[in-house]
Amino acid sequence: MGKTAKFDVLIIGAGPAGIAAAMAASEPGKCVGLVDENSAPGGQIYRALKGQIQNSISSQIKTLDDRGVIRFDGATVYDAPRPNTLSITKGGEFQTLEYEKLILAVGARELFLPFPGWTLPNVMGVGGLQALVKAGLDVKGKRIVVAGTGPLLLAVGDFLKKYGAEVLAIAEQAPIVNLLRFSTNLLSFSSKIGQGISLIGSVGTKIRPGTWVASASGTRALNSVILSNGKTTQELECDYLACAYGFVPNLELPLLLGCAVEDGFVQVDSTQQTSVQNVYCAGEPTGIGGIDLSTLEGTIAGYFANQNDCPTLVLKARDRWKLFSKKLDATFALRTELKELASPDTVVCRCEDVRMSQLVGWESSRAAKLQTRCGMGACQGRICGPATRFLLNWEHGTVRPPLIPVPLAGLETRTSAVIEQPEN
Amino acid sequence: MSEERIQLKINGLPVEVAQGTSVAAAILNSGRTSFRQSVDEESRGPVCGMGICFECRVSVNGHPHIRACMTTCEAGMEVITFG
Ligand SMILES: Cc1cc2nc3c(=O)[nH]c(=O)nc-3n(C[C@H](O)[C@H](O)[C@H](O)COP(=O)(O)OP(=O)(O)OC[C@H]3O[C@@H](n4cnc5c(N)ncnc54)[C@H](O)[C@@H]3O)c2cc1C
Ligand code: FES
Repeated sequence: MGKTAKFDVLIIGAGPAGIAAAMAASEPGKCVGLVDENSAPGGQIYRALKGQIQNSISSQIKTLDDRGVIRFDGATVYDAPRPNTLSITKGGEFQTLEYEKLILAVGARELFLPFPGWTLPNVMGVGGLQALVKAGLDVKGKRIVVAGTGPLLLAVGDFLKKYGAEVLAIAEQAPIVNLLRFSTNLLSFSSKIGQGISLIGSVGTKIRPGTWVASASGTRALNSVILSNGKTTQELECDYLACAYGFVPNLELPLLLGCAVEDGFVQVDSTQQTSVQNVYCAGEPTGIGGIDLSTLEGTIAGYFANQNDCPTLVLKARDRWKLFSKKLDATFALRTELKELASPDTVVCRCEDVRMSQLVGWESSRAAKLQTRCGMGACQGRICGPATRFLLNWEHGTVRPPLIPVPLAGLETRTSAVIEQPEN
Repeated sequence: MSEERIQLKINGLPVEVAQGTSVAAAILNSGRTSFRQSVDEESRGPVCGMGICFECRVSVNGHPHIRACMTTCEAGMEVITFG
């Protein structure tokens, strides 16, 4: 990779939001860059299948290539050493990118909550297992329990079945009344109805509302899980457990750039601009809303970052999908029983093996971090941070560069900053 | 989708995978479940599948701490797990 490149509009994240932003911002004479740490564009939902760009987005990507949008596939943004400058790393090399306008379309990750046995190999996320299958994991004939919360459980249950897995159960923690109310709400979002019906047809009989994973066991890897509905329990032997409790936004880069965050989400105005001038944000970091809302927000950010007005229709559609997003939140709100699952010796911080008993009594993540190393490992609190927020009501930790562990060579471009190199 | 196959080595043993397979998928497909040992010497494997959790770290061509889920298999690659 070369040293420095300059862009009129630089977009971080090539999921639905980032691709839509690039489509709206690219035009002759404009220099637009699109960075994503995955080896091919698509983000979570259109994640490449064994490295191949998915058909549903290939024509858009071709258009972007034709328009001269410069793609940085497989490159991770890890620092913002100077104003209007980001550092990226790819395959052990480093480069700085300068921008006039920046669009953060960095998406979300899954929320994982600790329960006894959650650290066993073969206990994974829901989207996590799906991503591994898309990257070539063979699940044919494997017995899989899908658990947690949200519409993704059904989508992934159906996906795994199509890849030949035996889906034993889909344990949805939300109570049945919430799910029924949500299905009625779907009627006003026509594009979602067909999808819902086909998923119910495929894996509907496996759904267990009001049920969650109480524990998982096995010696060297997962062997069985215990499902609970608060009254009765059932043990299921399985090869994989896919368990996640919805999504949390990737806030590290927005926070590093100083964007204001409230109630866990990046604050934006009607043009998707953040509290930092010339920095826009689109998609999941501004509120979890799924592909439709992400695409609309990306389009809006792309238009405004390119100093064009956005069609009113698009602005109105965004506001409508924001309602859908609120309904999602209410339906899949997490039950309090989930706060009680971890036993005193359950690991909470997986990087440093900090256990639940070590974390009780600290007032903040900062205090606990200093005393126990919770959140100081390689993932820099990306997994235990959101978990302790839910379990112990701790606030967000602070963010420091580099956002991922990089060798010291990658930090040379930085003149002044306290660098806290996480341990590997 | 091309189904070209490539050869690599996991813990010294030859393994064949379809082109585009991630190192994490290749390791799991080979029947191994433990990718690394935690601080307390527990076995760990991939969780997030998307580069966030760092639980899938292995050694690739002598470089330690490589996220297997974010790395695509290449012909002749030498992968070492720590289980
Ligand atoms: C694991 C997972 C699986 C999902 N599966 C589905 C599904 O099957 N169906 C569904 O409807 N929804 C799914 N979702 C929900 C998903 O968030 C939305 O549907 C949609 O993908 C959101 O689009 P987005 O563009 O906002 O974010 P994303 O699609 O998440 O795109 C964000 C992109 O930003 C990149 N990125 C983030 N940080 C950096 C950085 N520092 N440097 C470089 N690149 C960076 C990421 O690699 C990612 O490709 C899934 C979510 C997750 C987390
Ligand atoms: S599985 Fe989480 S980083 Fe690879």
